[in-house]
Amino acid sequence: MLAHYGYKDGSGDYFIIIDTDKCDGCGDCVKACPYNVLEIIPNEFDIEGGDMAAVKEDQRKKIKYSCAPCKPVSGERKLPCVVACKPKAVSHSW
Amino acid sequence: MITAGIDVGAKFVKVVILKDGGVLERAKALVGFDVLKSTIDPFETTLKKTGLSRNDIEKIVATGMGREAVHGKPPINAEEVVSVVVADAKGAFHLIPTVKTVIDVGAEEGRGVKVGPNGIVKDFVINERCAAGAGTFVEAMARALEVKVEDMGPLALKSTQVIPMNAQCCVFAESEVVTLIHSKVSKEDISRAIHDAIASRISSMVLRVGVERDVVLIGGVALNPGFLPPLKKELNTDVIVPECPEYVGAVGAAMIASESKE
Amino acid sequence: MSEIKSQEYWRWPEYRHTVPDKDWHNAKIITAGVDVGSVGSKAAVLLDGELYAYSAMRTGGISEATAVKVVNWALEETGLQPDNLHYVVGTGYGRVNVPFAKRTITEIACHARGAHYIYGPTVRTVLDIGGQDCKAIRCDEKGKVLSFLMNDKCAAGTGRGLEVFADLISVPIQDLGKVSLSVDEEPPPVSNTCVIFAKAESLALLRRGWPKERVAAAYHAAMANRIVDLLMRVGVEKDFVITGGVAKNAGIIGRVEKLLDIKALKPNIDPILAGALGAGLFAKALYEKQIGLR
Repeated sequence: MLAHYGYKDGSGDYFIIIDTDKCDGCGDCVKACPYNVLEIIPNEFDIEGGDMAAVKEDQRKKIKYSCAPCKPVSGERKLPCVVACKPKAVSHSW
Repeated sequence: MITAGIDVGAKFVKVVILKDGGVLERAKALVGFDVLKSTIDPFETTLKKTGLSRNDIEKIVATGMGREAVHGKPPINAEEVVSVVVADAKGAFHLIPTVKTVIDVGAEEGRGVKVGPNGIVKDFVINERCAAGAGTFVEAMARALEVKVEDMGPLALKSTQVIPMNAQCCVFAESEVVTLIHSKVSKEDISRAIHDAIASRISSMVLRVGVERDVVLIGGVALNPGFLPPLKKELNTDVIVPECPEYVGAVGAAMIASESKE
Repeated sequence: MSEIKSQEYWRWPEYRHTVPDKDWHNAKIITAGVDVGSVGSKAAVLLDGELYAYSAMRTGGISEATAVKVVNWALEETGLQPDNLHYVVGTGYGRVNVPFAKRTITEIACHARGAHYIYGPTVRTVLDIGGQDCKAIRCDEKGKVLSFLMNDKCAAGTGRGLEVFADLISVPIQDLGKVSLSVDEEPPPVSNTCVIFAKAESLALLRRGWPKERVAAAYHAAMANRIVDLLMRVGVEKDFVITGGVAKNAGIIGRVEKLLDIKALKPNIDPILAGALGAGLFAKALYEKQIGLR
């Protein structure tokens, strides 16, 4: 199941997508994120789903800004959360 | 050499006349439905004050959202147009040659510009098309608080506590402000929360081009005294605000005009 | 002599309703679902899992008081008292503020459940357009969520965005959709999706002489584009249904259907109730579990 956390506004689409079928709730992405954007919660869509990574509730409406420092305009872009995730369950839409 | 720069912004038109790199005169006016018409008054005001005529001005460069309105159109007949980030970088560099990062917050857009040698643009980031990222946010909140826009900054500076604001959209924030007022939160604290929010948004975007000193803040919102303290705090560095910060784009355009004629 | 009234065009009418030909005295399990949204609060009362009475009103500033009010109002004229309710589930933005709810369940689960009740088990894609958010849910034949997206950051494409517009052109919000469809030719959409900028753009169009209907059409077109963009992120599979208050705006729904080239199923029950209905259905299941029926 794909959980899209984030938003779309006049300036663009900003979603962090967690594939809960791949995510095993290991928490590597949470540790890797320098800005406390992510957390591990009980699967909020499937009562039998176990743990999953998610964007913290108070971050969901501003992830464009929270994630901005990891997305420099020029230079190499390596998103710590994406790199840290071994099952490749985390992706960014922008 | 006498040149002029016209910055046709989302809310204000700014006109500057430069002579040999020094500002001779400046004027601004609100942009109305007829954009071209709105530029004539401030332009003629600067001409009148300097005793010059259009022919005395060697070249006019226009910038800003509405720059095409005066591009080759009488009576201003701007010969060239440049993008806002180019004008911002050049203008800031001209006034403060040690600048490395320019932050320009206008009515509808926020911009971060990395400045290279001689005021060229190295990198830039624009926060656009969302009212919560620029001056419109302060205006809308001023309406919700029922205070004048120019009072928002001074109110914020008198705040005694930090109130979290959840809404990230101008429209939702207006409702949130109404709820906060009903919960007896002071206007000072609400105004501060509003300024903290914009400062946070702007600095996040500027981090994408990297913050390097000297950092210069320009644009209409630079005139708001409530914006500077939280911005400095978020960026963790000192920020320079030049005189008449809302004219820096126009100054840059005028400088580009004179450099192209040399 | 007509009195000059200052009309609030954005304020949609509040209402309650009792489904005729139903008697709660015969019901074994009486449950209620309360969906406290950021703009509207809804209560649904169910008899043995069937909709019996409901109400919809503005949430206002204090959601706890509203939760109590909306349930009491739904019960009014039925003879039922809050004590008669076997189980109450709260949901929505303010679900933590439903004081007499035994459980709170996420709005996603409640909406999916409610959509299945309103539209049937063929539902695969639910678009929920509420007062301050827009949700897209993909589910399977069992109602299990396959993909989910919610946008509650930006007013464009939400009920609030339409309320702002109703106010701008002085048209009561319940008539807005119809007004937007009263055009011979569809104008280009306004270029800004940000409600603030779209409002300014619409004002300029009005001043240029565009009739209200045309401006409404341009705004609705922009909002529909925004909603479809969001939907395309999760993808749309038939059967496609729409819930939430904005489901009643034919101007939005018609344009969304046209852009997707898919028709949404028509509801027999007020689509604003999806969340509250789902919550009420969960309440029945939980009560049955509680008393050992499951």
